[in-house]
Order: sequence, then C-alpha cells, then structure tokens
Amino acid sequence: MPDLSTNTGGIHSPNPFWLASAPPANSGLQIQRAFEAGWGGAVWKTLGTPIQNVSSRFGGHTIGGVRGAGFNNIELITDRPLETNLREITETKRLFPKNPIIVSLMVETEAEWKDIIKKSIDAGADGLELNFGCPHGMCERGMGSAVGQEPKVNERITGWAVQYSSVPVLVKLTPNVGDIVPHGLAAKRGGAHGVSLINTIKSIIGVDIDRFVPQPRVGSLSTNGGYCGAAVKPIALHMVAALAREPQFGLPISGIGGVCNWRDAVEFMLLGSSTVQVCTEVMLRGYRIVEDMIDGLQQYMRGHGFERIDQMVGKAVPGFSEWGNLDLNYETVAKIDADKCIGCQLCVAACHDGAHQCIHPQAGTRVPHVDESECVGCNLCQIVCPVPDCITMEPVNNGFKPATWNEHVNQGKPLRPKKGAH
Amino acid sequence: MTAPLPAQRSETAFADFKLPLMRDAAVAEANRCLFCSDAPCVNACPTHIDIPQFIRKIATDNVHGSAKTIFESNILGMSCARVCPVEVLCVGACVYNDLEQPPIAIGKLQRYATDTAFEKGWRFFEAGKPTGRKVALIGAGPASLAAAHELRRLGHACTIFEKRATIGGLNTFGVAPYKMKADRSLTEAEWVLAIGGIEVKTGVTVGKDITLEQLEKDFDAVFMGAGLGADSALGLPGENLQGVHGAVAWIEHMKLAKADMGAVKHAVIVGGGNTAIDAVREVKGLGVPSVTMLYRGTREGMSGYQHEWDAALQEGVSASWQSLPVAFEGTGRVQRVQCVKLDASKKPIAGTEFTLQADLVLLAIGQSKLGDMLASLGGITVNKGVIQVNAHGFTGRAKWYAGGDCTNGGKEVVNAAAEGNAAARAIDAAIMKGAARA
Repeated sequence: MPDLSTNTGGIHSPNPFWLASAPPANSGLQIQRAFEAGWGGAVWKTLGTPIQNVSSRFGGHTIGGVRGAGFNNIELITDRPLETNLREITETKRLFPKNPIIVSLMVETEAEWKDIIKKSIDAGADGLELNFGCPHGMCERGMGSAVGQEPKVNERITGWAVQYSSVPVLVKLTPNVGDIVPHGLAAKRGGAHGVSLINTIKSIIGVDIDRFVPQPRVGSLSTNGGYCGAAVKPIALHMVAALAREPQFGLPISGIGGVCNWRDAVEFMLLGSSTVQVCTEVMLRGYRIVEDMIDGLQQYMRGHGFERIDQMVGKAVPGFSEWGNLDLNYETVAKIDADKCIGCQLCVAACHDGAHQCIHPQAGTRVPHVDESECVGCNLCQIVCPVPDCITMEPVNNGFKPATWNEHVNQGKPLRPKKGAH
Repeated sequence: MTAPLPAQRSETAFADFKLPLMRDAAVAEANRCLFCSDAPCVNACPTHIDIPQFIRKIATDNVHGSAKTIFESNILGMSCARVCPVEVLCVGACVYNDLEQPPIAIGKLQRYATDTAFEKGWRFFEAGKPTGRKVALIGAGPASLAAAHELRRLGHACTIFEKRATIGGLNTFGVAPYKMKADRSLTEAEWVLAIGGIEVKTGVTVGKDITLEQLEKDFDAVFMGAGLGADSALGLPGENLQGVHGAVAWIEHMKLAKADMGAVKHAVIVGGGNTAIDAVREVKGLGVPSVTMLYRGTREGMSGYQHEWDAALQEGVSASWQSLPVAFEGTGRVQRVQCVKLDASKKPIAGTEFTLQADLVLLAIGQSKLGDMLASLGGITVNKGVIQVNAHGFTGRAKWYAGGDCTNGGKEVVNAAAEGNAAARAIDAAIMKGAARA
C-alpha cells in the first residue's frame, strides 16, 4: 500500500487532502466529522476580528447542465468569537492529534498579528496560513488580496508572522495578479515555509436578467465575489506550475483551486503541490468525497510504482516550459479508424468551421477522409469525436530535425514548411 | 471440481436484454447521480452497497475503487448487476423517480464496474489468518458462496457440499439467459472461490451421502443454503404426457443443454410468478410462435414483476388470466390443455370451459421446500418447508445457520447474498466467542 503521508513546509499530514479555509472548515464539529471521514488536515476558516455576513452569499455557475461547475462567494472571514474557535481548535487537536490543523489568519497591525499568532499556537495550531488572498470585502479594509497584491506588504507581514510563530507559516496567495511569481518570491523573502494557492478569483458569477442585478443578490445590490470550483482548475494549475518551475522559489506548495477528485489532486501534485486543499466540492457533495480521493490516489500510485507522495510531487514540472522551447518540427496528423467511426461527422464540422478545412465527407460512406497534406495536427477533431480511440494523432516523419523557435531565431535551425497557411 | 458446460446450449441463442454501458456513457450516467446523503437506493439494496460512492468512483474513473466498494458489500455484485430486479430495488428507490425523470441506471453502472474488474483480473480480498475453525455449507448457490467468502475473510476453513455436478446454484441453471448465461455464473463462482481455502465437494447429497449428525460432529458450524427443491405438480390428468415439464427443470435443461424446440408451435406456461414470466420469455425467444401464460389470478394480482411482464408483452406473448388448467390431452405427447375460467374468488365458472392448443406445457406453480430435511434436528423450526431463522440466519439449534431461498421461500440472488453474509458474521461471532484472533 503506498504511503500517503506528506510534509508541507514542516506540517506533517497522514494524507495530502486538506479542507481549505472556508465554510466546510468553519467549526470544530465540522472538522472532526471531516477527519472521521478521512481528511488528512484542515485549514481553519480565517480567524481575525469577527465580521458580519450578508444574505445571500453564494452563487453557482451552471455549465451544460452541470450545477456548481463554477462557484463564487461573498462571505468574509469567521463570524464566530475568537475564544470559541480557539477552544474548538484545542478540542479537535485533542481528539485527532495526528491530523494537522492549520489556522488561517487575517488581521491588520503587527500587534494584532503577534497576539493572534500566539493564541492560535497556544490553542494547538500545527501551522499558520496567512490569508493574503480574499478578493472581496476584506480587501476593501486593507487586508486579504490588498496585501497579496503588494509584494512589499506581503513580505513585511510574512516577516512578522514568521518572527512570532513557532510553527510553520504558509502564505495563501491571490490569483488576482498579472504574474504570480513575484508574489511567491515576496513570501519567500519574508521567510514563509510554504505557500498555498490559489485563493479565489475576482468575479461576477452571473446576472439576474429579470431583476437587472448581478448574483448573488443582497436585496437590490450585489458585489464581486471570489470564483472557485471545478472551472478554475486550469488557472490554478498554471499558477502552481509557474512557481514550481521558478528556480529561485523552491518552497513547498499546497495546491488549491477546483480540486474535486483524486485525478485533480494528482495533477496538482505532478505540478509541484505536496498537499491539496478542497472547499467547493465538499460544499456541493459533503466530506465523504475523500474516500474516493484516497482510494483513487492509492490506485494511481500503485499503477505508476510510486511508494511515497514525494516521488510524484513535481514530476510534470520539467515538462512545463515556454512556447519558445517547443519543437516546431514535431508534426502530427489525424487518423480516423474507419472500423470505429460511427459517422456523426462532428469532426467534419469542427475542422471545416473551426480549424483548417482538411476533413471531408466522402461519397458512399459516412466515414470522413483526412487530407493529411493539409492537416495541421491541431487535435480539434479528436476532442469532438465521441468514440474512444477512433481519432488518433499520429506523428509524421517529415525528415526535419527538432528545432524550437528560440533555436531557429538564435541558431538558424531550419523549420519544416508550414501547413494550411495559404 | 465443477463439471464444464457443454458448448451446445439453447441459452447461447439469447442476446442481453439490457445492454452494457461503454466508458463515456457510464461516466456521463455516473455524473448524473446526485450523490444523495443517506441515499434511498442504499436502503433499498438488501446488501446495502454504498451506491452513491461506487457511482462517484466511476465518475472519477476510479473503476477499481468502484468495484471494491461494490464487492465489499456484495461479493456477488457482478451477477447481481445483471439479475437484480433493480426496478423494484435500488433504481425504484432513486429520488429522480420523484422528479418523474429517468432514475440512475444503477444496475448498468454496477455491471460496468464489476465487468471491468473481471476483465482486468482484479481481486480485492484475502483470506484471514487461519482460526482453526471449520464451517460446512450445504449447497453451492449464491447464499453459500457469499457466506463462504465472508467466512474465509474471517479466517475459517470452509467445505461446501453440492449435490449437483455444477456449482453456482440458480445463478448457473436458473437465471434467464437474456440476463446472464451459465458460463458467466461459473466464472463468478470460481472468482469467489479463488480466495482459497474453500473445498467444494460436488455430487454429494447431504442426508444421503453424509448425515446431518456427521456434519454437526465434524464442523464448528453448518450453514444451510440449499435453496428450493423440485417443481411442484398439479396432479391433473395427462400431466405425465411428453412435453409437460416443470418450468425450473426445463429452464435448467435449456441453460445447460440443447432443448429440442423444433416441433413446438404452441406453448402454454402455467403460473403467474417470475419463473412463469421467465419461462414465457425464454420459450418465445427460442422461436415458438404462440406462447400463452395461463394464470388463475389477474394481471394486477400476479406475483411476477410488472416490468418483466411488460417486456414479455413487447416480445409478443399473450396471457389467459383467471384461467385454470383441468387436464392435459394428447396421444403420447401433449396436444391440448383443457381449461376453465375462474371468478374473483378463484372458483371455476360453469360453462366457461375452453381448449388451448399446446405441444409444450411448463408448470411454474412453485417448488418444493427443502427445509424438512432439517426438521429431524431438535431446536430447528420448519414452517411449510421453510426454515425459520433470526435476522442473523441462526436457526435456534447451536451450530446451525441458514440463508437464501430455503429460509425466505424463494427471493432474489441479492437476498441470498445478504443472508449468507449476515450468517457468516454471526457464525464468526459464535465460533470465536472468547477466542483470541491470531
């Protein structure tokens, strides 16, 4: 049986699945139920000066009939008394000593940071997560993403936290920036032991087109919220990978953003996350989704011969590069397996209207023909084909040696003739 | 050892009535599942498979985990996916029914996961550390197979006594071939037995070749899972004519050998239960042009499932409701059935006599109960041939447990699996009482 235990910046967990700082990690009883269901760790919903929330708070994005494929919220940090949260942290640690509790924090002044860090650690926190990411409400008060978007402020506050903390400090980064790398490096300069990302993306989830108000609606008004859920995974994966491949970075990463199942978790790990955090899928389905996450991850690891998590963390990072390093002479063409083809001709429509007009109907058969001399190998036909393994992208030996754009520009390496560019 | 099946079997002519799902369709269907909390489908399943969880694992492409979730609760999950009347169990309980929307195709999803497991050769369970305890099981059908597998996981040695040459019980020789064929049942039985440590003695009739007292003496516990006995007879004139058979016997013959259907133009099946409907559909499927079900009650009052009868109707059969056979006639071979109509209290109505042409008659009016074979043992109660047990399969006599058709009077494979499983755990608790596990 593969070993699922993890170490993220000195925070040890029996498995890589953590509840993100969010409604599912709002109280002790919730987190205790989550640990019972199998979750490895939990990031307690952000402590600070308790706030007052609005009704309603959540918005769902339905895509193709799938409810909650995207999700947003305008909820703020904890609204519960600090003493209550601290007491429940202590009680939860007593009941589940092996499951790490990372306490998310968001306050303003250095004195407040010092005070709340001491109280959190005294209560039993195994780690701290600095919430520099919340993109709504709190940032209007100079906290959350207002900190995360300013590397100097980020570095300074991280420095305070690291100075006053005896447990590892993770900095939670906001994706609402042009380039994530300077912000990760700022956290590193501040002394952070790791980062978690992404927080939610500034968003309007939808508009009530009869009342002329965005959603979620609070009376006659709405506001921008934080976007999350399955739909944000590609954005999150990119930001995780951008930091993981940055040579000057090198800190452990706790990946967040659209993790719904074991496969998503594997993707985050292969791009450099040692743990993953989940909120939205738990909000939609409940804690018991973790059974499949653990089971599926173990099965994946067995299939690939990984005995420990650290053997797979970052395994796909070397495969993530810049466009200028891609081999322009690598050529593929689409092949249609006539025996498998059911004649829907989705590939014909996609190629004619959305690509390079090289897949054509043929007389006497519903199976289309690929004009390989025109096929640019774009993949669109394969993406729309409903039959498994019917369309494959086959490499072509065009006689050209590999050549990237950078090599072409800098070394004059020859490129193959363009296809479909007439 | 179990005898191999002949290649020439009538049942091989049948195609699956319910088609399997391919991967994309399975994933799409799985994603439609709401993942209900305290899901009604789970409560509707006698083996309480965690259905939302196994469906979610299909949605995430964790088919291995999905199959494990199924087999954890029901080691016969592969055959149950095919033979369960899901319309009145899990699928019937799906909350989508309340929305008047198609319920989740739970049976087909279970088939997808379990077929994949068989195809890939996955195994999920190992025998427990040996306890030194021995359990005898009577009959090699679903109840005993489920019980033996669970007993092996708990470390007890098992010996199954089966009077036939072939194992699997009704799964092998009784299931309608458009649901599952005999070879699939044998594949499953062998997959279950591959946990190791289960000795199967075929061709051994308990009560004849070995006495009950001997079993009780030689083993720490005995599980009775012998199912039901021979077809019941009507005792009518002409019942011994050629072409008049008990339905269960005829179905077994059709599944395990080649039934001669060449001359049959008109078939009459007597009964209104699920065996009768199976027989009707099987005879029709083998090419008999005219197939009539003769039942003494009404369509609404029949014990056979309505969805099964709907399917039979679509295949072109007919029924004569509130009708009773009074004699079978013919020269050597049956040619006619003399019948009379019945009133609402099932009394014959004078002057309503009628004749049906028939060159094949199958009697599906029940099977004898085997419970009486245990009646000689003190402490065991047998009521009309049915062995009385508590919720854990205990008969009331120390060492003796029972489950499956011989205790429930004839239900589904999934009931037998659940009862076998429950009895195995009760046996374990009893024979390990006070003992430390290695």
